[in-house]
Amino acid sequence: MNPRNAKFISQENKMNFAVQSKYSRKDTGWRLFLKTIIARAYPRLIGQQREVSWLVFDVVMPMLAVIAYVLVYRALKAPEEYIGFVVMGGAMTAFWMNILWSMSSQLYWEKEQGNLALYIMAPNSMMAILLGMALGGMLATAMRAVAVTLLGSLMFGVTYEVISYFQLFSVFMLAMVALYGMGMMMASAFLLFGREAWHMANLAQEPIFLASGFYFPIKSLPFWVAAGASIIPLTLGMDAMRQLIFSSGIQFGFMTVRTEILILAVMSVVFVVTAKILLAYVEKIAVREGRITESRR
Amino acid sequence: MQTSTSWRSFRMAAWLGWLIESNWTDPFLFAVYSIVKPLSGAAILVIMYGIISGGNFNTPLFPYIYLGNAFYIYVGAVMTGVSWAVVDDREHYKTLKYMYIAPIYIPVYLLGRGVARFITGSIAVFITIAAGVLFLKVPLHFAEINWPLFLVTLILGVVMLALLGLLLAGITLTVARHEGFIGEATAGALYIFSGAVFPLDVLPAWIRPVGYFMPTTYWLELLRRSLVGNVAQAFPTLANFSNMEILGILLGLSIFFGLVSVWVFRYCDRLARERGLIDHTTNY
Repeated sequence: MNPRNAKFISQENKMNFAVQSKYSRKDTGWRLFLKTIIARAYPRLIGQQREVSWLVFDVVMPMLAVIAYVLVYRALKAPEEYIGFVVMGGAMTAFWMNILWSMSSQLYWEKEQGNLALYIMAPNSMMAILLGMALGGMLATAMRAVAVTLLGSLMFGVTYEVISYFQLFSVFMLAMVALYGMGMMMASAFLLFGREAWHMANLAQEPIFLASGFYFPIKSLPFWVAAGASIIPLTLGMDAMRQLIFSSGIQFGFMTVRTEILILAVMSVVFVVTAKILLAYVEKIAVREGRITESRR
Repeated sequence: MQTSTSWRSFRMAAWLGWLIESNWTDPFLFAVYSIVKPLSGAAILVIMYGIISGGNFNTPLFPYIYLGNAFYIYVGAVMTGVSWAVVDDREHYKTLKYMYIAPIYIPVYLLGRGVARFITGSIAVFITIAAGVLFLKVPLHFAEINWPLFLVTLILGVVMLALLGLLLAGITLTVARHEGFIGEATAGALYIFSGAVFPLDVLPAWIRPVGYFMPTTYWLELLRRSLVGNVAQAFPTLANFSNMEILGILLGLSIFFGLVSVWVFRYCDRLARERGLIDHTTNY
């Protein structure tokens, strides 16, 4: 045998062995569930950071709104704490935009690009895919939110006075779990949309910025409007965080921080459980009606 | 022949744009969609103003903010409407290459695609202003409106915005992956530099010249003056200029930016053809 061929065959055998040993063990159960979460979170967390220009845009866009609203408050000669409210609200818009465009619409995009059928065909849990999307999106968006907060604080001299780090951490984490649970629910609903998905996501921007009090204390709205808007976890999350990080924040609070933590905890459980039920139901409808592979441009 | 090709391109693009914009749902939901977004944007400013002023809507600053924000809807609608057509046709529908080989005039086609957004934008502007007059005491009196100045300014501004949209469309042709952000980022930046919702004097002094160079600054000022003259002229930014002087500056800047837009579009169009970007899709 030609020595070059022998070397090639040997290398090929080694490769086959490596490939077989790597993929021969079949992960099932919770191990597969966890691996699916990590696999779906990976492109969000690592892949997205590779597109540096996206990072710039993701920070610049909320900053433009922050600058505009801060200058409106300056023109109105508003007290300085309102500047801090705007900076914090601007940072939190990153999460809401992530929910709309990268959670709710995601399964719709996947359907348009032909990936959704592959997700369903693969022997993994769709819930794990949604959780991976949420986890990756949450962490990646947190970096952008931190960048907006730092930039806004430096530009406008915002100072913070944290009352309780434990409560602040609890509020933030619960708000995130509830918010991304809501995103998972919406992803299922969006799966049934056709061309209207894009418009629906687009529609849910300014009205939510208004109702959830991204740029002003929610207490300023009539009670029942504020109570209704509290179905969006960011409404209560931001209200509680404003009370916890600004010295005069308590006077602008809609409810006490304890109450808001309790409601957010309930929301977290309800939204995640509902997302699971809804996903199974909607997937069944989508399969039955042949909507998994359709592309209605 | 050229005129008829241009007219056909414009007419068909306008009709196509209208169908794309409107036929994804029933008319009622479409009307709600077209109205809710701008009204919510205006309501954010109204509440911010209301909180700080203690509900006093009778100061000159309120109509300044409210009308500036209302007419700014046109900037987002017309400018990004034209440039978004590139994203829509190339990435979404994958038809831009067919448009290029069709017997149409591409720049005019893109301008035509902005018409639908102009129409929906006009409805939104009208409803926003009507809500302001009816519920928030925006001091708009029909008998006192300077109609000739208003109409001339409005038409000139819309043409200027469409040409700026063409500039963005050209840039959009040459980039991938963040093309959707270009229009939004430009509109967002102009919102700040044009003094749409606050007098330019609020900006730091070193950055104000950028605002003075933007045609949208003069356009919004003239619109305010034509509608609520005595109120708009209360702010020092352009108080030393007469209406005719501002109109002259607006016309000059519109011609300048129009020429730049046409040149940039031609350059980018050639670049996109050379680099094979006309049918370039990224799936982003």
